[in-house]
Amino acid sequence: MTPTLFLLALFDGIAYAALVFIVALGLTLIFGVMRILNIAHGSLYAIGAYATVSLSGWALAMGLAPILAFPLMLVSAVLVGLLLGGPIEWLLLRRIYDKPEVLQLLVTFAVFMILEDVQRLVWGTRPYFEATALQALGNVTVLGVTYTVYQLILLPAVAAALLLGMRFFLRHTIIGKLILATTEDREAAQSIGIDADKVFLFTFIVGAALAGLGGALASPTTSILPGMGADMIVLSFAVVATAGLGQIEGAALCALMIGLGRSFAVYVWPEAATLVPYAIMVAVLSVRPQGLFGSSSARKI
Amino acid sequence: MTHATEPDKSRQGRPAGGPSMAGTVLPLAGLALLALVPLGAPGMQLLVNLALAKGLAVAGVSVLLRAGQVSFGHALYFAVAAYAGAFLMTALPGADLALVLLAGLLGAVVAGVCVGLFVVRYRGIFFGMLNLAFSMIFWSFLEKFYHITGGADGIRLPRPAVLGMDLDRASFELVLFYLTLTLVLGLGWATIRWLASPAGQIFQTLKTNETRLEYLGVSPRRALLWGYLVSAALCGIGGALMGVTQGVVTPEYAWWIRSGEMVFIAVLGGAGSVRGAFVGALIYELVRTYASAYAGDVWQMLLGGFLLVIILFAPRGVIGMIETLAHRGEARK
Amino acid sequence: MTAPLLETRNLVIRFGGVIAANDVSLTITAGRNLAIIGPNGAGKTTFLNICTGWIKPSSGQVLFEGEDVTPLPPRAIVRKGVARAFQIPQLFTEHTALENLLIAVAARDRLRNPFMDLHRIPERDEMMHLLEMVKCADAAHRPVVELPEGQRKLVDIAVALALRPRLLLMDEPTSGVASSEKHRIMEILVEALAERKVTSVFVEHDMGIVERHAEEVAVWNAGNVQLRGTPREILDHPDVIRDVIGEAV
Repeated sequence: MTPTLFLLALFDGIAYAALVFIVALGLTLIFGVMRILNIAHGSLYAIGAYATVSLSGWALAMGLAPILAFPLMLVSAVLVGLLLGGPIEWLLLRRIYDKPEVLQLLVTFAVFMILEDVQRLVWGTRPYFEATALQALGNVTVLGVTYTVYQLILLPAVAAALLLGMRFFLRHTIIGKLILATTEDREAAQSIGIDADKVFLFTFIVGAALAGLGGALASPTTSILPGMGADMIVLSFAVVATAGLGQIEGAALCALMIGLGRSFAVYVWPEAATLVPYAIMVAVLSVRPQGLFGSSSARKI
Repeated sequence: MTHATEPDKSRQGRPAGGPSMAGTVLPLAGLALLALVPLGAPGMQLLVNLALAKGLAVAGVSVLLRAGQVSFGHALYFAVAAYAGAFLMTALPGADLALVLLAGLLGAVVAGVCVGLFVVRYRGIFFGMLNLAFSMIFWSFLEKFYHITGGADGIRLPRPAVLGMDLDRASFELVLFYLTLTLVLGLGWATIRWLASPAGQIFQTLKTNETRLEYLGVSPRRALLWGYLVSAALCGIGGALMGVTQGVVTPEYAWWIRSGEMVFIAVLGGAGSVRGAFVGALIYELVRTYASAYAGDVWQMLLGGFLLVIILFAPRGVIGMIETLAHRGEARK
Repeated sequence: MTAPLLETRNLVIRFGGVIAANDVSLTITAGRNLAIIGPNGAGKTTFLNICTGWIKPSSGQVLFEGEDVTPLPPRAIVRKGVARAFQIPQLFTEHTALENLLIAVAARDRLRNPFMDLHRIPERDEMMHLLEMVKCADAAHRPVVELPEGQRKLVDIAVALALRPRLLLMDEPTSGVASSEKHRIMEILVEALAERKVTSVFVEHDMGIVERHAEEVAVWNAGNVQLRGTPREILDHPDVIRDVIGEAV
């Protein structure tokens, strides 16, 4: 492996890890607070990407400046959170918090099936490619390797900002503290007047918006086609499970590990590239079943 | 909950005696009716054959539901078995049908041991998602390593011999149909018996209390592994039959939509009911064949919507409704 | 001299900063039922958890009939002849009370025949008797989830007995049972245990029961055995009257 290829693999890995982390952050936040694994999270990611492409395509057609692609990404993410995340929590999940885990999984799986077809109905099966945002920021040359600013600087910066922002939000803001309190003990939280329903709704909307944001940010770097949601839910679950469910900082590290593993495999053994994330997950879980940063709790008897 | 989720135990309520309406008479009558399909409705023969093969796989998923576990990756065993059969036919052209099915079963069980030893450490979310991950691994292996697996085009699975005879297409399909029906009867019966047996009952306690199970001197993981192998074997036989019936195996066999479909049918038929698995598979395939012409674009959406309706409003599925009706009928007598 | 039935040597365990077992050395002799009393949080349940391998001590040993069972998982210790009934009953809630017992027999005898119905195992009648004995015959065909707490506790004990143990550990066996029934149930239990040659260790808060049904009493305090003796010696001891009985009253 030449130094150039090494750097390319490194940059690919970092850019990819940043995207996966953003999606996984939403997944692990929702799980941490609500104890629900949202299988439809992958669809929200895909819809975020589709929405961004549609919106920025429309903006370009109207003759607006390409730089508008960035605020439109945020708009897409917020739309995914509010228009999809909100109703999903409010109409469906709210009915099943006291049901067995398997039933909860089945419900989010059903939502996943529905949303996969929604994408097909709205956007068809034709792949989309819309790289305006990628081109708008130009390239940068590092150690003789030219790479896009978007992937090398913007994506990791957004991921890092979200990581730090989420930490700050949960620990130092009132809403964040309410969320943490509800996570610790829902009944106790309700007894001191916290509206757990609102906390759950808010958390789910934020989590869904993060999935949408991941898709929005991914849209300029990849072609958007049916099935991307299924890949992403399994991949982000791999990240979240490797870290330990509900572990935010751990998810960042594992996203990096899995992203780099995958990108190096692309250069070394391309056929196996898609297998690497799972290989890492299985290896970690074989040694630490609760994930790298998760803690096991013995049942009280 | 007992009777809601474990319809096969409905017999316990009554004194040991004659066969129950819902438990024995109806399924046998249904199978007899199906046996007439090649004579009465030859146009449906292939459809019923595929539905029953899928039903075997669904029965495998249902077995796990009995222990309160859901796998979103059981298409893995379906595909492993189908490919094992195809590889065997490639290596030994003209091999016997029995050998193909055996290869499929063996492949599924070996894969079940390898994956099972890992996934039985987990329950609930992790169990479901890790199974999904393993099926995705196998799927991308099938897609990417095309020099071994034929890639997205898959591998042809030529018609095997039957007891040393090379049959023409029509007679082979007829043999296959009745073989599938026999396997459904035999394996369905065996699975129901196993679930009612001490080992099967111990397996089902995983749903409610593993602490007590441990304090009975039983390893919960080992109990789950046995059930997991039963479910993998059922999926494997179903997959091998499907491969032989279709004459070609593709990575689509392992695709998550297949796994999701199995879970869907299991819940539709009646979560955890072996009989329900077959009823569900037949209904599913019939509706799909006739509805997909009109609703091909929204098929997944319909399934998802229907799944939500069942979970929220009819958690015992179709078999639950049949049982309620049958019990009502018996009470009236 | 034969080894004691169960022996612990210098058990120490810490949960974070809390010491839940502080150098516990205790012997349990076959045929002498031991009652464990003490204030809440003294480490009584923790002691049962360690003896059965549910949690591992930081240091120290558990010996069953002279054999070191410290590293074994609960299932292996159960197989050696230790059964346990729980403070919160641990039952298969979707199965009936009778099925819970039948499953215990199936587990004990490792029944594997895949075509034999659980309800046809030969011990079915014996298990019905066991349920009658603990006054739960009416619950035999009802799913456990429907039973009242007191009955669930008794079924939980019956399940443990179905394993034919030599040592039975019970955590507050009669809590949840109506106080008018308590003594009668305990009497039946102790009689059944004697008949089956099962030695029992039970955690108990009711001093009346301790006085009548235990041969020996161990007083727990702050993670260790503070006192040990016959019920009379212990219940008249000024420290016990102050720390334990006083609190109970």
